[in-house]
Amino acid sequence: MLNSPVMAHVSAKAFLIEAGEIARFASRFFSALFKPKQEWRELLRQAYFIGYKSLGLVGLTAFIMGLVLTIQSRPTLVEFGAEAWLPKMVSVSLIREIVPVITALICAGKIGSSIGAELGSMKVTEQIDAMEVSGTNPFKYLVVTRVLASSLMIPVLAVIAAAISLYGAYLGTNIKGVVSWQLYWTQVFEALTYSDALPAFIKTYFFGFAIGIIGCYKGFNSSKGTEGVGQSANSAVVLSSLMVFVIDLIAVQLADLMGLT
Amino acid sequence: MEINQKLNIENVIEVNGLCKSFGANTVLNNFDFRLKRGENAVVLGKSGSGKSVFIKCIIGLLTADSGKINVLDYNISDLNSDALDALRMRMGFLFQSNALYDSMTVRENLEFPLRRHGKDMDNKEVYAAVKEALESVGLPHTENMMPAELSGGMKKRIAIARTLILKPEIILYDEPTTGLDPITGREIDDLIVKIQREYKTSSIIISHDMHCVKAVANRIVMLIDGRAYMEGDYNSLSTCSDRKVLDFFD
Repeated sequence: MLNSPVMAHVSAKAFLIEAGEIARFASRFFSALFKPKQEWRELLRQAYFIGYKSLGLVGLTAFIMGLVLTIQSRPTLVEFGAEAWLPKMVSVSLIREIVPVITALICAGKIGSSIGAELGSMKVTEQIDAMEVSGTNPFKYLVVTRVLASSLMIPVLAVIAAAISLYGAYLGTNIKGVVSWQLYWTQVFEALTYSDALPAFIKTYFFGFAIGIIGCYKGFNSSKGTEGVGQSANSAVVLSSLMVFVIDLIAVQLADLMGLT
Repeated sequence: MEINQKLNIENVIEVNGLCKSFGANTVLNNFDFRLKRGENAVVLGKSGSGKSVFIKCIIGLLTADSGKINVLDYNISDLNSDALDALRMRMGFLFQSNALYDSMTVRENLEFPLRRHGKDMDNKEVYAAVKEALESVGLPHTENMMPAELSGGMKKRIAIARTLILKPEIILYDEPTTGLDPITGREIDDLIVKIQREYKTSSIIISHDMHCVKAVANRIVMLIDGRAYMEGDYNSLSTCSDRKVLDFFD
């Protein structure tokens, strides 16, 4: 039986190898991205699936987050006599952190697993090989389109989710208080600045890229038959969720260094 | 390189000294093979003996470790990806698992190779080609069905129709009757023979189903220990005295 330091060494080595493989896969994405010919039709199809088909789930979650955060924050602010700050505080929290991260996590679960499982099953049933012998570059057709669609649509989803969550926060504010529609939005826009919205918006592109590339990597490298498909979907979710937090941490540090906090 | 040029060569595929290993496992070891124009050659061997690896090397899905593969007089290792795609237009590949695209209808599955290979056809011509291919496999009314709605035998026929749609000169069949009941298997055998006759194709059929081998083979190549161990027609091999060969026919 291996002792703990040896096992830690083995795990660290496996982690570094996988990180290197993902980095190589990502560099292959960038080199394929600009090669002709572009798969516009498949890109639009993926944008529809990733964007439009996730809107209901993302929107509902954002609404609940806005509502719940407001309800939970009220007692503390009441204690300090700062109830009037509720719209400002909640909107900054939602826009800067909660909405981008929650949107990305939901997408990591829904989109990451779906891409991992779809490409994984295509791999084990030889559909990717069939595509190659049909004169199609499977990497360009399957990977580039999905990564691009997820990089482009997750920011769009985050913007829509932000608007819905602020509406949820408005309802939450009015459960135990009375704040007019106009006053609420005036307070929200007074509290928010570009330095709140812009870094949050930019980081969603990176979230989308990470979710797409990890889902595709796991699916494209699936093995061991149907069992491998399940493993691909599962590890795509776990790894892309982890990457969302890592990217968030880096983004917060960078924003801080640039004086955007 | 002009890949579409039709040459009047006798051997449409020539393989010399093909070697392929996966780690320490050598599956093909100096394998030599010829496919004559218009013949159905069966490569017969045990599971895991490298039969599928062999045809995947021919179509460029796997790269050989060493050896030379000439397809229609082109050495495939000399071809860039565009030239290889052009050569693949003249070849069809029937996958063991059929490899129909789950997310597409039967019609879209058949249209895919036509559109992707950049054939200059309008929608009407594409649709006519789809109709013709479906009729040739006896399933003209399935065009709007999804692969999940088809039986195993129907999936195999649709996969053959997709292979046929580019009117290839060479077809590579990877275990065409595996997983099918005996009756459907015989129907697929008949279809393979019909395709050879009507489309004048040259084919390599990978199989260890002896009914299929007997029905479709003009010539059989025994792949044993990574080499072309023996070859001949069904009758000559089934009556030879070599135990390793006879094991397949018993």
